[in-house]
Amino acid sequence: MVLWGVIALSILTISPIVLIIYKLVVKGYRQLSFDFLIRNTPDTFEAMTAVSNGEIIPGGIANGIVGTLIMVAMSSIIAIPVGVITGIYLYENSSKAMANITRNISDILQGVPSIVLGLISYLWIVKHITHGFSALAGSVSMSIMMLPMIVRSTEETLKMIPQTLKEAALALGTPYHKVILRVLIPTGFSGLLTGILLGISRILGETAPLMLTALGSSVINLDITKPTSAVPLLIWEFYNDPNMVNLIWSSSLFLMTFVLLLNIISKRFAARRS
Amino acid sequence: MTKTIAEIKNPVLSIRNLSVAYDDNYAVKNVSVDIKKNAVTAIMGPSGCGKSTLLRALNRMHELYDNITTEGKVVLNDENIQKMPAIRLRRQMGMVFQRPNPFPTLSIYDNVIAGYKLNGIRGKKSEKDEIVERSLTDVALWDEVKDSLYKKGNFLSGGQQQRLCIARALAFNPEVILMDEPTSALDPIATSRIEDLIIKLKENYSIVLVTHNMSQAARISDYSLFMYLGELIEYGKTKNMFTNPQDPKTEEYLSGKFS
Repeated sequence: MVLWGVIALSILTISPIVLIIYKLVVKGYRQLSFDFLIRNTPDTFEAMTAVSNGEIIPGGIANGIVGTLIMVAMSSIIAIPVGVITGIYLYENSSKAMANITRNISDILQGVPSIVLGLISYLWIVKHITHGFSALAGSVSMSIMMLPMIVRSTEETLKMIPQTLKEAALALGTPYHKVILRVLIPTGFSGLLTGILLGISRILGETAPLMLTALGSSVINLDITKPTSAVPLLIWEFYNDPNMVNLIWSSSLFLMTFVLLLNIISKRFAARRS
Repeated sequence: MTKTIAEIKNPVLSIRNLSVAYDDNYAVKNVSVDIKKNAVTAIMGPSGCGKSTLLRALNRMHELYDNITTEGKVVLNDENIQKMPAIRLRRQMGMVFQRPNPFPTLSIYDNVIAGYKLNGIRGKKSEKDEIVERSLTDVALWDEVKDSLYKKGNFLSGGQQQRLCIARALAFNPEVILMDEPTSALDPIATSRIEDLIIKLKENYSIVLVTHNMSQAARISDYSLFMYLGELIEYGKTKNMFTNPQDPKTEEYLSGKFS
């Protein structure tokens, strides 16, 4: 009786993900092709013609893919050094008041709604630095989102490294900063990487802050001070255009696969650590 | 009874009025003792008597922790260790820990010269090869690992890893080697190999060994130091202490009345 209950609940738990993937594959696979990955989004008229002729919609989401990659890369460049250094600080001074405050604030930051981060980035970057919607603004909002995850995972990873390893390095007359750079970080590398990959997979799907910062673009844009597209932004745009509805599923399938892959990779790193 | 300063001629280390406190609790109280050159000196005593704390004061490991304060003076070859740069001091005082702790990200070769590598000391390949071979030969590990020098050390047994850690300490050619219960995590066979090694190493190095194991102290040490509740109770030649302990506490400990 209990066993059946457990089995039923387990099925209930995994069914959403199975149903989601099933739906995305069934509805999206027809649009998926190499073209889908290397061409920009079609305009409404092209899409409408294709739909009324019963053909698949031409074009793809290359502008979104490139935009997402650029913004994720920039967010990482901002968030990884700051996050790792903060994590090291928290580990080294774990009981100091300043560290406790930092840790709590970092936890609170993790709970800030992403749309609020978008608003802040809009005020800081869009209004005052790039004077218009931009990839930079999008990256800043997403890097703030990544930051607490990297801080926490860095601290937790370093805590798991045996204290004796650090003492061994110091007992060899190694200066403190070299102990951190050459012993602690290499030893905890897979743990740090896991945190970073999870942070990236979290921001990959963010839409709300990008609406207020990156805005979107129908062509590939490499200028970080100009409006840029991203895959989740495109999904939102497709949703708002009755002619493009078919593209929603294939774009979602792409995004989902990407996030899933990152998750699997980071799980493998985490497993290798232990 | 703790006031007897144990003096010997030409010591490698002389410790005077050394006290170490964790916050306000003194773990080592006013210890004064000389450590003989090219000999094995064992620090014995029951758990919590401050033997590891005393050992770790000698290469100033306590500085890593804010809540530990050290008082008194330690002189290494006529030089006050408090006035030496910590980095130079630690290169002259190798340390071997309770559990083998080779660096998991480094190869066996790099583990031996970790002291050079981590400090960014560059040297010719031939010099490094020589240091690695000499250190590994000294710990009788060369023949066992010479074909896998560039592999990571995690496939080695516990005893081999501990010998690797001793080799790492020897690579700098230190004056003194501090050993903090180096065999407590090892099986009897590995333990006896490390003990043989320690006896051999005293030809070139002075060794201070913390041990929980009385028979180990009896087997390999020349001088013994008995500590109880942070105080130095008795110090002398190991042979004399084991056959004719001067202090009743030492006698009780050696006869197994407490541990």
